[in-house]
Amino acid sequence: MQSNIECTPMTTSRRAFLKVGTAAGTALLLGFHIPVTGSAAAQARSSFVPNAFIRIDRQGAVTLTMPQVEMGQGVYTSVSMILAEELDAKWEQVALEAAPPNDKLYGNPLFGIQVTGNSNSIRAFWTSLRKAGAGARAMLIEAAARRWKVDANTCHADNGAVTHATTGRSLAYGALVEDASHLSAPQDPPLKDPAHFKIIGKSLQRLDTPEKVNGQALYGIDAMPPGVKFATLAICPVFGGTVGHVEDSKAKQVPGVCQIVVLDDLVAVVGDHMWAAKQGLAALDITWDEGPNAHVTSDTVWRQLRAASAKSGAVARTAGDAAKALSSGERLDSAYELPFLAHAPMEPLNCTVHVKPDMCEVWVGSQVLTRAQAAAAQVTGLPLDKVTVHNHLIGGGFGRRLEADMVEKAVRIAKAVDGPVKVVWSREEDIQHDIYRPVYRDVLAASVADGRIVGWTHRITGSSILARWLPPAFKNGIDIDGVDSAADIPYDIPNLRVEFQRDEPPAVPTGFWRGVGPNNNVFAIESFLDELAKKAGKDPVAFRRDMLGKVPRLRAALDLVASKAGWGTPLPARTGRGVAAQTAFGSFIATVAEVKVDENGDVHVQRIVSAVDTGIVVNPDTVLAQLQGGLIFGLTAALFGEITIDKGRVQQSNFQNYRMLRINEAPKIEVHLIASGEAPGGIGETGTTAAPPAVGNAIYAATGIRLRRLPIDRALLAVRKTA
Amino acid sequence: MKTARILNGAWQKSAAEMSYEIPPLWHTLQTQQTLELPVVNLHVNGEVKAVEAANDTPLLWALRDLLGLTGTKFGCGIAQCGACTVHVDGKPVRSCVVPIGSIGERAITTIEGIGATPPGRKVQQAWLHLEVIQCGYCQSGQIMSAAALLAGKPDPSDADIDAAMAGNICRCGTYVRIREAIKKAARSA
Ligand code: FES
Ligand code: FES
Repeated sequence: MQSNIECTPMTTSRRAFLKVGTAAGTALLLGFHIPVTGSAAAQARSSFVPNAFIRIDRQGAVTLTMPQVEMGQGVYTSVSMILAEELDAKWEQVALEAAPPNDKLYGNPLFGIQVTGNSNSIRAFWTSLRKAGAGARAMLIEAAARRWKVDANTCHADNGAVTHATTGRSLAYGALVEDASHLSAPQDPPLKDPAHFKIIGKSLQRLDTPEKVNGQALYGIDAMPPGVKFATLAICPVFGGTVGHVEDSKAKQVPGVCQIVVLDDLVAVVGDHMWAAKQGLAALDITWDEGPNAHVTSDTVWRQLRAASAKSGAVARTAGDAAKALSSGERLDSAYELPFLAHAPMEPLNCTVHVKPDMCEVWVGSQVLTRAQAAAAQVTGLPLDKVTVHNHLIGGGFGRRLEADMVEKAVRIAKAVDGPVKVVWSREEDIQHDIYRPVYRDVLAASVADGRIVGWTHRITGSSILARWLPPAFKNGIDIDGVDSAADIPYDIPNLRVEFQRDEPPAVPTGFWRGVGPNNNVFAIESFLDELAKKAGKDPVAFRRDMLGKVPRLRAALDLVASKAGWGTPLPARTGRGVAAQTAFGSFIATVAEVKVDENGDVHVQRIVSAVDTGIVVNPDTVLAQLQGGLIFGLTAALFGEITIDKGRVQQSNFQNYRMLRINEAPKIEVHLIASGEAPGGIGETGTTAAPPAVGNAIYAATGIRLRRLPIDRALLAVRKTA
Repeated sequence: MKTARILNGAWQKSAAEMSYEIPPLWHTLQTQQTLELPVVNLHVNGEVKAVEAANDTPLLWALRDLLGLTGTKFGCGIAQCGACTVHVDGKPVRSCVVPIGSIGERAITTIEGIGATPPGRKVQQAWLHLEVIQCGYCQSGQIMSAAALLAGKPDPSDADIDAAMAGNICRCGTYVRIREAIKKAARSA
């Protein structure tokens, strides 16, 4: 690990300002009807509210409204840093609060709805947040200039105050609140020259962490509205099945059990506490109507996927004549496969709901706040404005909380309960009723001549998540996420064709999972690149490097990682290094993994080195943390991750059989940041994408065995004992 | 939308039929059952707290749901993840599998109270200083395991850290920093 992760300590007074995850988190009084630009004159004069993100009171306290949710990625801090930078706020005076559901005000500019995902918080909001800060700053300067009757151009803002340079007069923002409120927000305020950034680029202490070391932080699962009851549920174990008969006489004897709620597809038990609910649920005798999916197995899934991958798909990108080029040079064909995965965030799914005749209140941690609200409105039949959603800190999202199914189910249960009820899924339900990372099969062919790839075809077969999740984004048979990092492969290949073949697996619902489309594509491409390097008789780093002439940022990352990782230096037996390079999420990353494969076929990842060019970095320490964590997340998938299906059910249930990497298995990780003045890239998912191909290639270097599907197959890697 | 069928005898009604004035029957059930429940005294963070729950109730749920100490987290319920780690007489235990009836007068320390102990405070400070935390959901458990480790081994080796911390899963993957922070806490006065 790099040593530069020490952070500026946060003043204790800051903690008092933090109002995240509380019931008050969405009690934002002014946020709802404030246009991003426009006159603030109509607003209450007690504070200056230039736009939906910023509020300054007469004491100079600055409250920033967070359009994106905090799930560990440090976004509360980095978003605040961007706003505070352009606003020239005094960092110590900044407090923050979670935005209420409102697509118009807080919609992610890349999605049009209020979504936190796709590693794009900083990319998507970079310009609009800077403009929001800069606009407010311009108004405060204007207010001071009018007060002093001087030209605004002779004044400047710094550290929460406006100063008139020639006379040295100065007014704190708090003193300008009233005057600034009468001004109109400028349409296109000038932004700072990044060379003058004072906050962006510093490793500031995160705003959300102090209350996470002492148990004070509130996640959705910690919501405790007065009088709350506790519920847990059993969903039909077979996908799509329904409740048949429920024998409840024993459950009703369980101390603390209050109520049993039977819905079409699930049964919930409500109790005085979770244990009562759990015991009650265990005491129920439920007969399920398993429905049409009871015969589905992993084998069914793979047979269908492999058959679909034999058919040509929609062409996502074509250049030159790939078919012709494949018949020249030396040709290699290969196919790679990835399994279903569960998200398994540490905070199991949960949602607390109070349904009243004329309103509904929801406490949840969601990556899709407006969808959570819409789900509750739909189930209750209430209009949106009668549904209040209190968003909370998220104990791990990874894509799982981009869905609102936990809200929909909890509201259905809550409709039958008098008073507020907290519905907490057991880990078993969480894993067996996830919305899974799809299975994928990638069929590739390429030809090499003179040490370079001359022809390339890549067919991706798998779910289209976007077709379900954001239908307008699925066009002409192409899922832009499904082909991300494949259609825009960074290597200079003159003839290529990239296809997407949509194939929805039987029964199993699929959704976004940290790393999304690039996980699959980078694994397939970078594994195949290694196979092609061997075919071409070239070193894997040199082979890639020679084809990255048009992507100098990735080439620089590759050079840096090769030197930092000691590429080419000797290693002991059954130990190897593997490299992978990627341009996913607007970041340029090269990674080298070093693994040892023991006699039993167990893979010990000893060291991972990444070099990263992610453009302008808002909070460097957060970028390092996201890379470190993302790499571990990817390693877990590569080494252990697989959800299998039998009799229409998921066979894994908890961490004893859906295994996570633990601290004793974690490698040393070094992340090297490359300074850049380019626009910021995404970072939260990049490590997850990087780790599996680097590890696969390292295993090959260590053993000569090429693994073409994940997770790793230990039996293949074990040293064969003679019988 | 699908409707609810309530299975308790007389009120097998759909949610659509159910008006909000229907008296919540569980009050009756609850009253009967509360009479049977023992009162268990727990010594939590230096205070004696009474909970009314069956002896086999895991400490985790008593802390969270009955005492409102929500800093202790639920992750798996089967002693696999460590999110629920608390101290009983200074030793780390997985509160999801410790029945309240088995604790007696032994001292329970949770994340809300660990800052009052020197190892706990050092661990918290090192955690913030090295910015260990991501989502933070596992970190109550990590901090409790780390504080117990340092209380017993003021200068732990990497192997000691592995042994003490391998029971705590972090899905966000903060392991590299956890290891550094334990060493930093060990070095700090
Ligand atoms: S919840 Fe107790 S160990 Fe996971
Ligand atoms: S910090 Fe998120 S699970 Fe550990």
